[in-house]
Amino acid sequence: MNKLKSLRLPIAIAALFISVQGLAAGGDVELESADIDPDNISSLQRGARNFMNYCSGCHSAQYVRFNTIGKYLELSEEQLVDNLMFNAEKTFETIQASMPAADAARWYGTAPPDMSLMARAKGADYIFNFLKGFYLDADSPTGVDNSVLPGTSMPHVLWQLQGYQRPVMEEHTVDGVTSHKIVGFEHVTTGSLDAEDYDDFVRDTVNFLAYISEPIRSERRKLGVWVLMYLIVFWVIAVMLKKQIWKDVK
Amino acid sequence: MARIEAEVGKPQGGLMKWIDDRFPLTETMKQHITEYYAAKSFNWWYVFGVLAMVVLVIQLVTGIFLTMNYKPSAAEAFASVEYIMRDVEWGWLIRYMHSTGASFFFIVVYLHMFRAMLYGSYKKPRELIWIIGMLIFFVLMAEGFAGYLLPWGQMSYWGAQVIISLFGAIPGIGDALVEFIRGDYSISDITLNRFFALHVIVLPLSLIGLIFVHIVALHHVGSNNPDGIEIKEHKGPDGIPLDGVPFHPHHTTKDLVGIIVFLMVFTSVVFFAPEMGGMFLEHANFEPANMTATPEHIAPVWYYTPYYAILRAVPSKLWGFILFAIAVVLPLFLPWLDRARVRSIRYRGWMHKTALTIFVISFVALGYLGLQKATDANVMAARFFAVLYFMFFLLMPYYTAIDKTKPVPDRVKYHE
Repeated sequence: MNKLKSLRLPIAIAALFISVQGLAAGGDVELESADIDPDNISSLQRGARNFMNYCSGCHSAQYVRFNTIGKYLELSEEQLVDNLMFNAEKTFETIQASMPAADAARWYGTAPPDMSLMARAKGADYIFNFLKGFYLDADSPTGVDNSVLPGTSMPHVLWQLQGYQRPVMEEHTVDGVTSHKIVGFEHVTTGSLDAEDYDDFVRDTVNFLAYISEPIRSERRKLGVWVLMYLIVFWVIAVMLKKQIWKDVK
Repeated sequence: MARIEAEVGKPQGGLMKWIDDRFPLTETMKQHITEYYAAKSFNWWYVFGVLAMVVLVIQLVTGIFLTMNYKPSAAEAFASVEYIMRDVEWGWLIRYMHSTGASFFFIVVYLHMFRAMLYGSYKKPRELIWIIGMLIFFVLMAEGFAGYLLPWGQMSYWGAQVIISLFGAIPGIGDALVEFIRGDYSISDITLNRFFALHVIVLPLSLIGLIFVHIVALHHVGSNNPDGIEIKEHKGPDGIPLDGVPFHPHHTTKDLVGIIVFLMVFTSVVFFAPEMGGMFLEHANFEPANMTATPEHIAPVWYYTPYYAILRAVPSKLWGFILFAIAVVLPLFLPWLDRARVRSIRYRGWMHKTALTIFVISFVALGYLGLQKATDANVMAARFFAVLYFMFFLLMPYYTAIDKTKPVPDRVKYHE
């Protein structure tokens, strides 16, 4: 009984954290998991290639330096310059969009957001579903709308890869109000990649975006293990010291 | 030269004596450390005071290093935080320790306050320790609030917007007061600048001063213990309390064990879950402040949400603000609301135990509801728990007076 009692406080604290973790889950749109593998360097390399080729024309990653990426992705300076740097920038510089933001705002109605922290702000799953969620919409100025972010001003940049699709709608009637919900897509034109390869393409890209949103992630996790091991050793010594000091207290 | 030596005498007893003749160093150390006696029967609830000191030191030290690289301007603040996270050597660690430390400050302080409620540590003669402690809590809330604006993210901006606009509900002076706090017609560079000044100078200085006074008052009356007994009433022939052990080395070595366990939990968050699923670092705060776009769902950080839920549960803005303020301040009056003859929960009757349980449940439930969207069901639930929260305090003079208490032993219960 006493042993149980002494556990009450740690259990209470643990319960607090578990409930805290549980709260964070949940959202309005059901998102398919991006299922990224942050430790897969070749996936990240492909993602970097995808980002620099398809995204960086419009989207900057203004807090991310080329040499930080190169080091983490195990690329030599030469490989970095040849494969990922298309302008006259230096390797210590950050990723700037080729398109001037002011022009972009004029052309699209809003400047394309910076991508440095997008994965931390919105989550990898969100971007994964967003890049898969473009569908034909004749009313939209860009010819497409998006199931994750309706009314987006972004055109379907990856149409050559994915092809164009139209939504499969389902009708819901709740309390006499009829609404339509997108439950899937069907191809109108096919792209150069089949569905599975397109998923992989987007997954690699999202993996890279998740990496640049917190480049230190893997290092901090590795270091954390050492810190905890040190604390365990320190704890054993502290317990022995406490026992020694308290041995005469009756 | 020889005459001076004859008058003053040659230095004897070395450096310590030289200092002690000029400053009560040995005396202070004895009084507060080596000969400060506290009950040997402390359980682990008693570790949260020293843990609050540990977190304070973490916040002060990491705060100094953050200040070296942070830029308190609307144009540069967000980028400077990312600069710290990505380009400053160990900047990510300093920043995560500081952001995690903020949440842990509240975890530790809430548990420290709850310990006082469990064992009646606020009761006579420790009323002033409790009141000073509540003032520390108020300053801490202001400190956390000011600090939360500094990263200049979306949640920083809109959270501050919501909370500062609350003051607008005060009749007559409301609008002028809001303008005075912001220093501008909206939250701007000017607001950020003054919040920085408050966060790094005014509030930490007040905090340190209040903590100093908190400890001086504590050491003057002596620490309470889980039995709620005065150990000073049973002294041995040497004048030392029979149930007391010196703060050093006994309590210090015991605290050290607790501090290491705390650091294990703390570093686990810092290294493995610094966002804590969006609770310690909110997702929306990774987008820079944008005064033209409101985030989908604005909620304060978790440590304010019990009070925020009360605020939202009231339909009138003014009354919401008043009840919010009362909810924060009410615990200050605990020493006079509690009329029980015993201090510790161990010797109290079922009424107080039930009331305290209801209080904990309502506080946690309000904290949860304050994080959720204000749907009708959530608002109704918040009203229910808010009533329970207030009842705990307002009915206390009655139920503690009639509650049957058990006899309190003369000496503390201690078994190793």
